[in-house]
Amino acid sequence: MREILDDIERWRQNGRRVAVARVVNIEGSGPRDPGAAMAVNEDGEVAGSVSGGCVEGAVVGEALAILHGDGQPKLVTFGYSDDDAFAVGLTCGGIIHLFLEPLNW
Amino acid sequence: MVAPTIYEQLRDRIRTEQPVGLCTVIEGPSVGAKLLIAPEQPAQGSLGDPELDRIVARDALAELEAGRSGVRHYGPQGQTTPEDLIDTDTVSVFVESFARPPQMWIFGAVDFTASLAKVAKVLGYRVTVCDAREVFATRRRFPMADEVLVSWPMPLFVQRGHELGQRDAVCILTHDPKFDVPAVMGAVDTRVGYIGVMGSRKTHAKRMDRLAEAGLTEAVRIDRLMSPIGLDIGARTPEETAISICAEIIARRTGRSTPSLRDGSGAIHSAP
Repeated sequence: MREILDDIERWRQNGRRVAVARVVNIEGSGPRDPGAAMAVNEDGEVAGSVSGGCVEGAVVGEALAILHGDGQPKLVTFGYSDDDAFAVGLTCGGIIHLFLEPLNW
Repeated sequence: MVAPTIYEQLRDRIRTEQPVGLCTVIEGPSVGAKLLIAPEQPAQGSLGDPELDRIVARDALAELEAGRSGVRHYGPQGQTTPEDLIDTDTVSVFVESFARPPQMWIFGAVDFTASLAKVAKVLGYRVTVCDAREVFATRRRFPMADEVLVSWPMPLFVQRGHELGQRDAVCILTHDPKFDVPAVMGAVDTRVGYIGVMGSRKTHAKRMDRLAEAGLTEAVRIDRLMSPIGLDIGARTPEETAISICAEIIARRTGRSTPSLRDGSGAIHSAP
C-alpha cells in the first residue's frame, strides 16, 4: 500500500473512483507476501502489483467489474487448483488469495 | 471539520512512518468492515461487534509489533478457542501491519558509506550515518541518508539504542579503533538484529584484541559480530561491497547458509 499511495492520491484528487486489491494469503510458492497491493482506477489505470505479473491482467478486470458493477468487496483466488472460475494461473504453481474492494472507506 | 476517514488516517500514518494496522473482514457477516489500530491510541472503525473489535485490536497490536500480516479467524463475538467455533459462523479478518521501516545505522562517513546507504534505501531502511568528524559527516556527501549525525557512537547508543530491534542493522565501516570499538560496544548492548564491522583480516584481529581489552569477552556477545562484514562474493568496489553487506543481512534474517567472510580465512580480495 505504501508504494501506491501517491497514485491513489492523484486519482482521488482528480475525482476518480479507485478499487484496491491486496494479497491476503499465499499457499505454496507465491511471488508476493500478504499485503502486496495493487490499485485500479475507473479508467483502468493501474498502480502496484500483486504477483510477478501473472495475474495482474485478470485483477484489473475484476477491479473494473467492482467499480462499474455492484461495488461489493470480494475474495478472489488464483492458482492451478482453480480450474473452473479463472483461466489464469501462476507460473510458480502457488495459490494466491486476493481481497478486492472499492476505496470508499 | 469533517473527521478523517479510515483510509485518510491510514495514509497519514504510513506517510509519517508511524506504525499502524488495518483489519478488514474478508469473510463473514460484514465483509469489507474495517478497524484501524495504532499503539497507545483508541481503535477507529468497527468490524461489526464491539467484543470482536476488542479481541482483534489486541491481536493486531501484537502482529504490528512483530511486523506480520495475515488472515485470522474468529467467532462472531471474537471467540478464538476451537470449541467455541464449532457450529458457528466464523469471521475471517485480514490483519495488515504497517510497521515502521527498519533502521540502519552506519558508523563512519567513508566511501563505502554512500554506496551502503543507497542500497539500504532500496531495501526500505531508514538510514542514519554517524561520524565524529564534522568535515566528513555532511548532508552533501550523503544526500540519500535520512539523517547525518556528527557524534561519537556512545551518545547515540545511550539516547536511542533502545529503538533498535531484530529488523534493524548496525554497520561499522570506520576501520578506526577510536571509533569502531565504542560503536561495537554500544551495538552489542542493544537488541539489534545485525552488527557488521568492516576491515581486513589483520584489522579484524587487532580490533578483537582491543574489544577484549574494552570488556567484550563473552562468546555469545562476540558471536553477534559479523566481522569482517559481508558475504564472500568477491566484492571489490564500494557498490559491490554494499551488495555483499545487504545480502548478508538478508541471509542472516532468513537463516540461509551463505559464505560469510567471517567464517572463512585468507585474503578478502583475491587478485582480479
